[in-house]
Amino acid sequence: MKKIMAILLTVAVAFFVFSNLYNTDSDKMLFGDNNPEEAVSQQYVNKSVDPERARPETGSANIVTSVVVNYRSFDTLGEITVLFVSALGVALLGGVLRKKVTFQYKPGFILNQGMTIIAGIVLITGIYIFVHGHLSPGGGFPGGAMIGSAFLLMYLSDETFRAKITGFKILEGTAGSLILIIGLVGLSTGGYFLYNFLPNGTVGDLISAGIVPVLYVLVGLKVGSEVSNILGNFFSGEVEQ
Amino acid sequence: MSQYLYIGLMLVGIYGLLSQKNIIKLILSLNILELGLNLFIISTGYSGGNKAPIIVLGNEGGYVDPLPQAIVLTAIVIGLGVTAVALMLARNIYKKYGTYEIDEIRGDDDD
Amino acid sequence: MIEIISLIVGGFMILFGILAVESKKLITAVIYMSLMSLLSVVSFIIMKAPDVAITEAVIGSGLVTFLFIITLLQVKKAGDEK
Repeated sequence: MKKIMAILLTVAVAFFVFSNLYNTDSDKMLFGDNNPEEAVSQQYVNKSVDPERARPETGSANIVTSVVVNYRSFDTLGEITVLFVSALGVALLGGVLRKKVTFQYKPGFILNQGMTIIAGIVLITGIYIFVHGHLSPGGGFPGGAMIGSAFLLMYLSDETFRAKITGFKILEGTAGSLILIIGLVGLSTGGYFLYNFLPNGTVGDLISAGIVPVLYVLVGLKVGSEVSNILGNFFSGEVEQ
Repeated sequence: MSQYLYIGLMLVGIYGLLSQKNIIKLILSLNILELGLNLFIISTGYSGGNKAPIIVLGNEGGYVDPLPQAIVLTAIVIGLGVTAVALMLARNIYKKYGTYEIDEIRGDDDD
Repeated sequence: MIEIISLIVGGFMILFGILAVESKKLITAVIYMSLMSLLSVVSFIIMKAPDVAITEAVIGSGLVTFLFIITLLQVKKAGDEK
């Protein structure tokens, strides 16, 4: 009975959506009067690419990075807050299950020795991705998630590893407060919060684009330590195999 | 044409949320819904023939729209946070009630 | 040519989605979910979005699958006695 009602409801929603948005002229859907030349994103591309300006406005070769860190840096600050709140929630809920996870098989010799090599390579790749966020695709968020994956490998291979790492809280707090301090320095020198006050260099160098690489490095470190915290809290409780 | 398929993926996620009785299946349907939504948002910014939004010297053509990509980059990480909190709640429910089915959990209050 | 690949990948994603929702065992649903995340990376590359593809590949295939599996390991089987 429940499944028949679910199917009928889904078919009704599908009929409503497709009857209003179906376009017989072209492949894409009907979105009303959409003029791509007047959109805001076309202005972002023009300010970065136009050869008649003296220098581009942000100076980073990756246009998505300049949107995320320079034009829309408030949204990035809000997203860091959401990750922080979810890490806080997982840590509070995980305190109820207090016993440690004991797997029935112990990690063998190959797992132990191989994990240190592979975890080192993944860690270096993650750091490379968020340091070069303004020159090639990537940025702070996938770089931080890769650092979290490297720490997950280290948790799996050694059971006592979780008690040895206590510096995550210090790293996370330092990175977060440095982002806010840089924003306040921008407010005092330029008049806007998170204003780009360092000089833009030439497009394509490692040190270019103002405060964009500095902010992305701090965001990558903060996201990496938060993801490692979330994964470490899942290793508690009663698990049997 | 592929935009209709991405809306179909969202509808599969909605059907899963309406009809399943296991808590893990509900969280999986929520993930399917978020995956379809991210694909649909990026498909609104793609206009055929343009290149990826990274500046290469000597390029004469246009670039695809960078604004939906910046929005979806944030949305994927937020989906990870929501899934982590939901799974932690599910583990606590299992510790208290001993089951993952919502029929048996709600059955304690019936007469 | 590119559009045919995009349609085929989209069709496979819907098929795996329906199989994941309707499966009997929970572990097969999690594996179908991981396959869907892998196919969506191909879709993101076809639509010229490399940042999003890297992010989805790292988060969808590595971290979310691990979270689901370690939640499923907690279920005690019927024959276990303590």
